[in-house]
Amino acid sequence: MSLVLENVYRQVNNVDHLSNINLEFKPGSFNVLLGRTLAGKTSLLRVIAGLDKVSSGKVLMDGEDVSAISVQQRNISMVYQQFINYPNLSVYDNIASPLKLCGTGSAEIKRKVQETAEMLHIEHFLQRHPLELSGGQQQRTAMARALVKDASIILFDEPLVNLDYKLREELRQELRELFKLRNSIAIYATTEPNEALALGGITSLLHQGKLLQSGPAIEQYHQPVNLNAADLYSEPPINLLKGQIKGAEISFENYASFPIANHFKDIAEGQYSFGIRPSHIALVPKNDSDIELSVRVDVAEISASETFLHVANDQLQMVLQLSGVHDYRNNTLVNIYIPPEKLFIFAESGLIIKAPRISSSGGI
Amino acid sequence: MNKVQNNKAWLLVLPVFLLVAFSAIVPLMTVVNYSVQDIFDQNTAYFVGVEWYREVMTDPRLHASLARQFLYSATVLAIEIPLGIAVALMMPTKGWTASLTLILLALPLLIPWNVVGTIWQIFARSDIGLLGYSLNGLGIDYNYTSNSVDAWMTVVLMDVWHWTSLIALLCYSGLRAIPDAYYQAAKIDRASNWAIFRFIQFPKLRGVLIIGVLLRYMDSFMIYTEPFDLTGGGPGNSTTFLSQALTKMAIGQFDIGPAAAFSIIYFLIVLLVSWLFFTTITHLDKDQVKEQSYD
Amino acid sequence: MAEIHLKGLAHSYIGNPQISSDYAIHEMDHVWKQGGAYALLGPSGCGKSTLLNLISGLITPSHGSVLFDGVEMNDVSTQDRNIAQVFQFPVIYDSMTVYDNLAFPLRNMKVDKNKIASKVQEVASILDLTEILQQKANNLSADAKQKISMGRGLVRDDVSAILFDEPLTVIDPNLKWKLRRQLKQIHERYNITMVYVTHDQLEASTFADQIALMYEGKIVQFGTPRELFENPNHTFVGYFIGSPGMNFIELEEVTVNNQPQFKFDQLQFPLTQPQIEILSTSTSSNLKIGIRPEFLQLSKIAHTESLACTILHTEDLGTYKIVTVALGNQELKVRLGEDQHPPLTQAYLTFPNQWVKIYIDEYLVDIQVGDNSNE
Repeated sequence: MSLVLENVYRQVNNVDHLSNINLEFKPGSFNVLLGRTLAGKTSLLRVIAGLDKVSSGKVLMDGEDVSAISVQQRNISMVYQQFINYPNLSVYDNIASPLKLCGTGSAEIKRKVQETAEMLHIEHFLQRHPLELSGGQQQRTAMARALVKDASIILFDEPLVNLDYKLREELRQELRELFKLRNSIAIYATTEPNEALALGGITSLLHQGKLLQSGPAIEQYHQPVNLNAADLYSEPPINLLKGQIKGAEISFENYASFPIANHFKDIAEGQYSFGIRPSHIALVPKNDSDIELSVRVDVAEISASETFLHVANDQLQMVLQLSGVHDYRNNTLVNIYIPPEKLFIFAESGLIIKAPRISSSGGI
Repeated sequence: MNKVQNNKAWLLVLPVFLLVAFSAIVPLMTVVNYSVQDIFDQNTAYFVGVEWYREVMTDPRLHASLARQFLYSATVLAIEIPLGIAVALMMPTKGWTASLTLILLALPLLIPWNVVGTIWQIFARSDIGLLGYSLNGLGIDYNYTSNSVDAWMTVVLMDVWHWTSLIALLCYSGLRAIPDAYYQAAKIDRASNWAIFRFIQFPKLRGVLIIGVLLRYMDSFMIYTEPFDLTGGGPGNSTTFLSQALTKMAIGQFDIGPAAAFSIIYFLIVLLVSWLFFTTITHLDKDQVKEQSYD
Repeated sequence: MAEIHLKGLAHSYIGNPQISSDYAIHEMDHVWKQGGAYALLGPSGCGKSTLLNLISGLITPSHGSVLFDGVEMNDVSTQDRNIAQVFQFPVIYDSMTVYDNLAFPLRNMKVDKNKIASKVQEVASILDLTEILQQKANNLSADAKQKISMGRGLVRDDVSAILFDEPLTVIDPNLKWKLRRQLKQIHERYNITMVYVTHDQLEASTFADQIALMYEGKIVQFGTPRELFENPNHTFVGYFIGSPGMNFIELEEVTVNNQPQFKFDQLQFPLTQPQIEILSTSTSSNLKIGIRPEFLQLSKIAHTESLACTILHTEDLGTYKIVTVALGNQELKVRLGEDQHPPLTQAYLTFPNQWVKIYIDEYLVDIQVGDNSNE
């Protein structure tokens, strides 16, 4: 099964929920939709499932327009954010329910339910009822129900949001393993960039109903097409500075000028937004070309192994991600160093002009 | 591009269409037809335009019963809504008492209208009825067949007894849907019980209350059986409400034309008031600020 | 403003608890200082919300007591405990404006009008709510609603503690950062005791000075985020703190030439002499070593005491990488920096001695007592 979306639009009350979405999902692929709340992730899943109609454009499955085909006939399963199971059926019957609906033989049902339950580590709870299980087990049951029927497309709408972060870690890894062996298309919607990165697969970035870019998550992290895309990979958010390049100088917010580095040689003069990932800013200079800014510490968030240092001065606000514990009192003055070769440069329209080169030398 | 499928969809809607046509539109149109003609027999009918409407609108008996009807609906709503809310607030929420209360409350709702009328007709009689007899025994001169105030009070009481449960049950389900966190937050904010009601429970009950008020308004506005059983509209015309006046006109006097015109007006009043009520309430809900940001 | 003392506190939902599993909260004794920021961290069902409700008074403890500034609170109602609470899902009075929401607790306390106005303005400006003060609260986004819930706690002068029950659950990741930071600033500014319940170790460790890690109704470790990270005193702490959690390897004692050795999958684990002594004096057979992915060292060439391993796969998470390696039959995780690239197939693992923790019967046996040296 292949799935192609062609110029898909969906409007509700003249508001674009999806506009001009073109996407191709390959057979057996694992796909992630990454976007904020209301970015159009759920709308897209619903259109694919056939729960909502497109306003214009086509949804093609195996090259065939499926707008006339009902949800029931599309051979799709879906896992939701809430743990949706039949409360009065046992876990076994819950998992078996899609098979019973297609009239599968009982021996076959038994085998498949057992197999799927084992895959998701719930084989010991088959006789219990969903509400007697923990949240994680309930969601595993819902997933088993989605996986048991060999659906050609499986949709996940933020399935792990309501689980503990440790359970998320485990289930995420299991899911990825599960889909290596399957030939169905998985589409997984999430708001969390880390989830997209950890799941791997092809990630499509959605923002206000539009598709920003599509490709492996890590490439998008390094090569965002515009400001919104860069901002979606925000753990913590990318820092942005308004500034300009003029002659041999680069200046930020009209207050600090620096001699231009080699990195910017080929960039035309003008106004730009400069982006820098929090992990790339340092408290000690690495090179002479590093841009030095004086700031005061707003607040230091110290996690176990790293520190998120929120700093500001009259012109800007930034966050630094530093490894190790750096306990600064509020309003301490510090100098921070930005390596110019790590700067993203965005045009005023938001489009990317230049992304930093990814270091490949490193090694260990 | 999608034309073919859309046409197929129409087929599915067709049965509903036919059903609505036969159950609502056709009878309604027949009434409209009657209301503009003077009919003598099967073959003799004259078109009289709005004559019947004019007659009905100027009939003092109908004015009186319309006024009576509004007063009655207003009284019933004014008692049943607050009382129903109060009952819902006092109902136990857990254990066997909760189920018992639910059953007790549901009981009056299961009794047919004319049985209710008959029950009260006997219950309130001053010679053998428990209520009527006791009241008289206490020295209160009570007789619903001769005193119009007594008759009115009895009809209202009967309706309250019959239908307060509906409001109570609706509100009860509405109250159960409020998450615990709201009550906890209110406690922490030191809200008084009144404030909890005013700012948490009442706003959250609004949805069910709209339905409750609409149902009770429409139902009470069309009341017929109970007062008919109890007093037959009397003493005098003191408990003759609109539907009874209509029946008298249509069946008692065979004034089909005016009765038809009356029916149309009746129908429009119910529709208009319900619509007014519904739009006011739902508009109150809306806020001038409707922007919803994307991030 | 208050110091919170949990004195012999335990709670059971069952009338007459007999066995340990009848308790939702096992007996504990903790003093939480005035003005401190504390986190209750743990998986769902560990009792953290129960403990929070015991503090706020929504539940009365079946054993022991909760003291605020030395005064027993068991019989004091939630209203009179002077605490504020922010819930998982935003609780707002949706028929009111933002202003009225913030003013609500003060109006309930019959505070003077002018005082209310100035207090609401102050809190609104800290929380960036000034511009929407006149809007109805129910049309706002989740993060704004959550700020309002928080604001209702902040307007009161008499608040002795603010309790947070997973307040960022419904917030988008980018706004989580903003809100967390505001929270931290508020804490520093108002010096109020704050207790924060969460299952997310990052939220807990960035917010709190002290974390109480809970598991099955017990506080298994109480300490600074750094202590929990570097010296988890139970394997559960090691597993739960850190993403991914600590690596554990089960060891087996074998005697070679009358010398005890500790092996796994036929490989000898490199241990220091004190570590070997501790392990060999133990009578238990449940012996484990634990090491954090952050402290494992991966290299292309063999060092003394390094072990050969196979690279299984690498997850690139942008700011760092997680490499899964196979060592014997064990799968271990190694965390590498953004600019470090693991070899494709074969590598060598080194276990820096000071980060190798010994666990006997799942509990940490501390060798370097008082030695907090960092490299």
